Amino acid sequence: MKKLSLVLALVLCCSVFMVPCASAEEVVNVYNWYDYMDESVFEMFTAETGIKVNTMYFTTNEDMMVQVRVSPGAYDLVFPSDYCVERMISEGLIAEINMENVPNAKYTSEWLLNPDYDPENKYSVPFMWGTVGILYNTTMVDEPVDSWGILWDEKYAGNIFMMDSLRDTMGITLKYLGYSMNTRDPMQLKEATDLLIAQKPLVKAYGVDEIKDKMINNEAALAVMWSGDALYAMEGNENLAYAVPKEGSNIWVDPMVIPATAKNKENAEKLIDFLCRPEIARMNCEYIWYSSPNSGAIELMGEEYTENKTINPDADVVERCEWFHDIPDNFLTVYNALWSQVKNAK
Amino acid sequence: MNNLQIPAWGVWAMLGGLGVFIGLLILYFKQNHGLKRPIFASPYTLWMIAFTVLPCILIGYYAFTDANGKFTLDNFKNFWDSNYDMNKELIAMGFNPEDMGFSRGTVNVDTLVYSLWMAFLCTVICLLLGYPTAHIMADREFKLGATLVILFVIPMWMNFLLRTIAWMSLLEDNGLINNLLEWLGIGRRQLMYNTEAVLLGMVYNYLPFMVFPIYNVLNKMDYKLSEAAMDLGCNKWKTFYKVTLPLSLPGVVSGITMVFMPAVTTFFIPRMLGGGNTEMFGDLIERTFLTANNWNVGSALSMIMMVLILLSLGLLRKVDPEGEGGGMV
Repeated sequence: MKKLSLVLALVLCCSVFMVPCASAEEVVNVYNWYDYMDESVFEMFTAETGIKVNTMYFTTNEDMMVQVRVSPGAYDLVFPSDYCVERMISEGLIAEINMENVPNAKYTSEWLLNPDYDPENKYSVPFMWGTVGILYNTTMVDEPVDSWGILWDEKYAGNIFMMDSLRDTMGITLKYLGYSMNTRDPMQLKEATDLLIAQKPLVKAYGVDEIKDKMINNEAALAVMWSGDALYAMEGNENLAYAVPKEGSNIWVDPMVIPATAKNKENAEKLIDFLCRPEIARMNCEYIWYSSPNSGAIELMGEEYTENKTINPDADVVERCEWFHDIPDNFLTVYNALWSQVKNAK
Repeated sequence: MNNLQIPAWGVWAMLGGLGVFIGLLILYFKQNHGLKRPIFASPYTLWMIAFTVLPCILIGYYAFTDANGKFTLDNFKNFWDSNYDMNKELIAMGFNPEDMGFSRGTVNVDTLVYSLWMAFLCTVICLLLGYPTAHIMADREFKLGATLVILFVIPMWMNFLLRTIAWMSLLEDNGLINNLLEWLGIGRRQLMYNTEAVLLGMVYNYLPFMVFPIYNVLNKMDYKLSEAAMDLGCNKWKTFYKVTLPLSLPGVVSGITMVFMPAVTTFFIPRMLGGGNTEMFGDLIERTFLTANNWNVGSALSMIMMVLILLSLGLLRKVDPEGEGGGMV
């Protein structure tokens, strides 16, 4: 009995650290953002190919990268943000995709081919993209919103929501100052920090996910927001409008990648191909409301998509925008210390 | 974040710790001649090892190492000087931090002091509100005492995050309270996104932790003692001051600790009700782990927090050695 309980204890202890094993049937293990896929497309995929789709979710890129590193073989298809793809390539975490197995990748809009994060277009296929801009309430803002400067206008004191996100908030401030969002010049960062600290008395709150609902409730005049969240908010309140300022902004892509350790690489390629099918890409686009990289899907959606300038910004807007690049850990300390100063300025 | 991969010796150290513990368990079994309570305690002990002891070891490990797993005290220097890592990096890049106006960064220390201050205020308010409440609830002549107890317990069945989010829809500019104020002709106010709202959220969340220990003590108190005091000529106030208050002190001390400790480590409430305008230490630790992605400094900050909590626990032990107040020490 003594021994039995000890053995039991050991087994219990070990099971905590054990990783579930995959079974023999055909599967593909998908690791995605929460609520970032119309999951009925997975059922369609399984019905068509017989490959079972297991989904797991992450909430931040950092979480996702840790998981991909520490559990090799657990994931076959992952949806990181663009700048993470850059880092994952450099760390050898992701495998080249055999594009012959992904014929539908041909629908990818031309300007999204060979992006900065994957210059030879070998490791990734875009899934969604979007911009960062200002969501504003037309009943509270009369003037045209075309510059980040409006966020520093004392007229709107106490009526501004900023993003509680280091890269995005620092990034737009750098853009406002005319610098690159990816600057490695500490003087420019210092300037942006001082500007953000000066702005602080005007800011109502810093937030991320909760802000879109507050904007629907007319809680503030201006909010910095991602285009997809902005579309969601505009659906809930007809007085809201979205603009990408003239100084330029961030443009981002969430691509699909296959970890180097994936056990079901071919199944993952099949799934990527399936997701690139215009009808399927359309379903996802209409579910998530971010911009679609799929020219076939855009054609299917027609004017409903092309006439919507939030989801389908003009080429010159895109031209002004900048991609985020990965910041190495050592320089990230500079960003973090400065962001800390902003967050805790009185 | 590549420092999640702990070195080989780290795994061995943990397995060694586990072995020592199992050895101790066996010793304990032998001394007790076999199957007694320890058997039934073992699931909990295992739980403790997996989710309390091991994480503490990991925090200790991270706090004293750098990203490459080498021993360092830099993480604690980062607590004292929040610009420490940055300035080191700037110097490596050939800049002079002092010319750029970067001296010692006080963010981390300031945040800790601010958290202590908020926790202090929260505790004082909870005590002022909680003691009379507990006193009324424990009053033998007050028929609704049991109902009040239930009213205090029911909200605690719900997660505190949800309760905090619920406060947001009450306090918003277009929220329920503001609509009521406007209807009354007082006009709208900004109730949220300030220190007061954070304090309100904290008091709301932690008040039961003050009320129940005091209620426990008062409820168990022999009411004949106060009757005797009255018979011997004390008036109501004197009875309270000379008899009830001294007897309820263990409950008060326990309540203070049980409010103060979670209040210092509060997070999420400042972000929701305070709009992220000022961080508390809990938020700082969370951000250091998640946004700054620096598990080493984050662990050092957590360790400082834990030492503070242990100190206050030690203090409690001194005042209330038997744990009469019902504090879960």
